[in-house]
Amino acid sequence: MNIIVLAKHAPDPESEINVASDGKSVDERGLVFDINDWDRYAIEEAIRIKEEKGGEVVVVGVGSKCEDTLRKCLAMGADRAIKIPVDTSLDAYQTAEAIKEAIKDEKFDLILAGMMSQDLNNAQVGVLLAAMLDLPFATAVSVISSIEDNSLTVARELEGGYNEEVTLPTPCLITVQSGINEPRYVSIMGIKRAKTKEMKEVSVSPTTSTLEVEKMYLPPVKKAEMIEGDPSEIANKLIEILKDRGLI
Amino acid sequence: MMRVFVIAEHRMGELNPISIEMLNLANALKGDGTSEAVVIGKDINAYAEELAKYADVVWKIEDNSLENYNPELYIDVLMQLFANNKPDVVLIGNTSCGSEYAPYLAVKLNAPIATDVVAVNATDGMKVSRYLFQGKLMTDLKLKDAETYVLTIRQGVFKEGVEVNGEIKDAGIKPSKEPARKFVQYIEPEVGEVDISQAEVIVAVGRGIDDESNIELAEELAELLGGVVAGSRPVIDNGWLPKDRQVGISGKIVKPKLYLALGISGAFQHVMGMKDSELIIAVNKDPEAPIFGVAHYGIVGDIFEVFPELVEKLNEMKG
Repeated sequence: MNIIVLAKHAPDPESEINVASDGKSVDERGLVFDINDWDRYAIEEAIRIKEEKGGEVVVVGVGSKCEDTLRKCLAMGADRAIKIPVDTSLDAYQTAEAIKEAIKDEKFDLILAGMMSQDLNNAQVGVLLAAMLDLPFATAVSVISSIEDNSLTVARELEGGYNEEVTLPTPCLITVQSGINEPRYVSIMGIKRAKTKEMKEVSVSPTTSTLEVEKMYLPPVKKAEMIEGDPSEIANKLIEILKDRGLI
Repeated sequence: MMRVFVIAEHRMGELNPISIEMLNLANALKGDGTSEAVVIGKDINAYAEELAKYADVVWKIEDNSLENYNPELYIDVLMQLFANNKPDVVLIGNTSCGSEYAPYLAVKLNAPIATDVVAVNATDGMKVSRYLFQGKLMTDLKLKDAETYVLTIRQGVFKEGVEVNGEIKDAGIKPSKEPARKFVQYIEPEVGEVDISQAEVIVAVGRGIDDESNIELAEELAELLGGVVAGSRPVIDNGWLPKDRQVGISGKIVKPKLYLALGISGAFQHVMGMKDSELIIAVNKDPEAPIFGVAHYGIVGDIFEVFPELVEKLNEMKG
């Protein structure tokens, strides 16, 4: 089974997030970039399928700085990488268009991606690409339960702990939910092997943007009453609160 | 005359409240135009009647093959409806199903799309607000001028609205093809040893507990307070707690008397599962963590400094 994986080089939401001086973008200082967490599960799933069924895993990244993430995927076990050095910022349409263009000569049975990116939380690129390529698709997949020659059976996550099981013919596109597997760590051997693997740059011209950022800002929040002090003082205050409420 | 369409959502016999919330938004946006709900399925009369209270028009699209949600069939019938009824705005719930088919529909309608939207201003083009970085940042976007826009709407935002009492119409539309993707079955949630939705005290842990071995501290604290341990998504994904202990939209909704959130940043998906708890105390090392927006009391600090102290004092009290 030949699989294309979409992997985003994305800032960690746990890193320091500030608005840049233009008021319309994120200050890159303080941001820590890595493979988008959902895509880490997608690349792992692809490698597992390849290990069981054979075939090839090609990882695709968009952005002038996406190389570290592509190398990481190669080190995990992807066979080759396609880098699209276009910065599409917030517009998922542009990202999907660029990927569609860059993979037009690839033969694949399955496209795998994370269900959303950890920075923008759009959850769009995968499905936009499916629509542009007229592929059957499923999002938020929590289990790929069977892989036949021409079809897949998957469970996708619904609300309240429910899942729905669906079947899809190949070729198709699936976005995965976090927790679908336990992603492997990158080994020293993997990093060595990755150096010899192909990383192809494919230039595409970006399409016109479908949106414009007017403003970026810290969200207004109703603040909790903050308890301050050393650990002992905090513990005393907490006990007082719990006693007042009859909880202890 | 602006036509704002709302695609209703229902599953296993229940209309999702997001459907009404989106109609509230549609009625606020429509000006002298119309709010139009679309309900797709089998045996949908009861939904249509409920929706008609809040919509100028309810379009019924009914067929046996539409009994369970299928994105291909939804897009098929919606494109047929929209061929003769051009929407200015299409609102879809930012739910598991809505967020799945909305981008596909946007491509087919050649429409700009914004997802997980929390505010909309349609007076001068289409402007929306949405969160980034799982709630840590917010952005105002202007979508490119277009004939139709597709927006997915965050649940719980547009709760206030007025009754409209509109009419119900049968759209007379059937799916035009067999879908490639087939629905097989619903899979019920796993049932664990404790039902956290019944617990009066919950000690919930998140990514900030750093290591599986630290679950023990939470368990000790939960035991002292007569409660149970639960977790946010990253803890469940790591396999540190079983799936039935997950609090959030895709896990369980809880309303305990006390919810202690340890090292939980407060992504929307989690907050929707615990925001109605009677008392919420959150500890996080990040003063900007969104969890402090929903907590009653907050502590900025290291949970491993604060909680051993608390455990010790509680132990002393018990003698």
